[in-house]
Amino acid sequence: MTITIGAMSIQLRTDSPEFAAMLKDRYGSFIHPASNGAAFQLDIDLIPLRAVAEDDDEDISVRLESGRWIIQRGDFRAECDPATGRGTVRQSANPYSIDGVLRILHSLLLAREGGFLVHAASAIRNGRAFLFAGVSGAGKTTLSRLAPPDVAVLTDEISYVRRATEPRPTEPRPTEPRPSGSGYLAFGTPFAGELARIGENLRAPLAAVYLLAQGPENRIEPVAPAEAVRALLRNILFFAHDEELVQLVFRAAFDFVSQVSVQRLVFTPDARAWELIV
Amino acid sequence: MNPVYLTRSKKVAARLLGEEMMIMSPRDATLFNLNEVGSVIWNAADGQTPLDEIVARLCDEFDVTPEMARQDAEAFVQELAGHGILQVSDRPAESV
Repeated sequence: MTITIGAMSIQLRTDSPEFAAMLKDRYGSFIHPASNGAAFQLDIDLIPLRAVAEDDDEDISVRLESGRWIIQRGDFRAECDPATGRGTVRQSANPYSIDGVLRILHSLLLAREGGFLVHAASAIRNGRAFLFAGVSGAGKTTLSRLAPPDVAVLTDEISYVRRATEPRPTEPRPTEPRPSGSGYLAFGTPFAGELARIGENLRAPLAAVYLLAQGPENRIEPVAPAEAVRALLRNILFFAHDEELVQLVFRAAFDFVSQVSVQRLVFTPDARAWELIV
Repeated sequence: MNPVYLTRSKKVAARLLGEEMMIMSPRDATLFNLNEVGSVIWNAADGQTPLDEIVARLCDEFDVTPEMARQDAEAFVQELAGHGILQVSDRPAESV
């Protein structure tokens, strides 16, 4: 089966029908039966089940060894060869491990093209996407829960940002005919936070980023470009301390801030905060 | 005391944003924002200018005593060198 996130397809191969069913259940509308055009193919080697902690990214290690990415966390080990687009994952039959592998693999693949995964909720309103960036506790899930019915929540936890390019056949249906505006697109992701619900598999041109701050009233404040870059770099998912990747992510953050409006959304946790998002 | 020369690492990611120089360590992705003093040292770290000369520039530009300027400069250099952002040598860098 193939899991397509951000128009980037990764084919997963497993011998276990039970695990395949678990993945189908976990990734829902992000699953595609066909495998053509996959950017990567991962063979999953299942080992006996053991206790795993969800979202425990603290002990992740990503390193480049002889041209291969070695990605390790307490609960999995993956080896991916970017030259061939092939890799293997050793993990038990649980959805959290493969979720970690996918997030890291996507972040590594996106870095080459100026895109990134970022700790942010995101949503589409009137055909335009908005990102709400912040660390744990900043209010990403709260704001997502308060979204009015005309808003499609793309994720309450990890947003997916790519430069706008020509659509490919495997991409999910666009919410408007042509990418426009900032030159970036935001995509729905299955990476959920406390909302515990995968995002809508949609995409839209990115209109603005809001840095979340909770306060006594709802208002939008300007943010200086240097602060915007700092905030973005703090929130971008970034695992490999590889010199080339550091340069790529650094450049991506500057390019992004030079093209996309970044402001601070001070909000009090009630639905009226959404009145400011238009 | 032997002269000290500073050279900016070629692998470092650096960008000027407004008047703020931002630098990211290629080794551990630590982000630095340089203040005015830091920017002067950074811009002078060409591998050819001795640290003494850089300290003298700081005294001229920022109205500080040579002792304070040297202390600030050495602390700054030590911090950035520790992150692989600046290289410190007792001889000038070979010109490229």
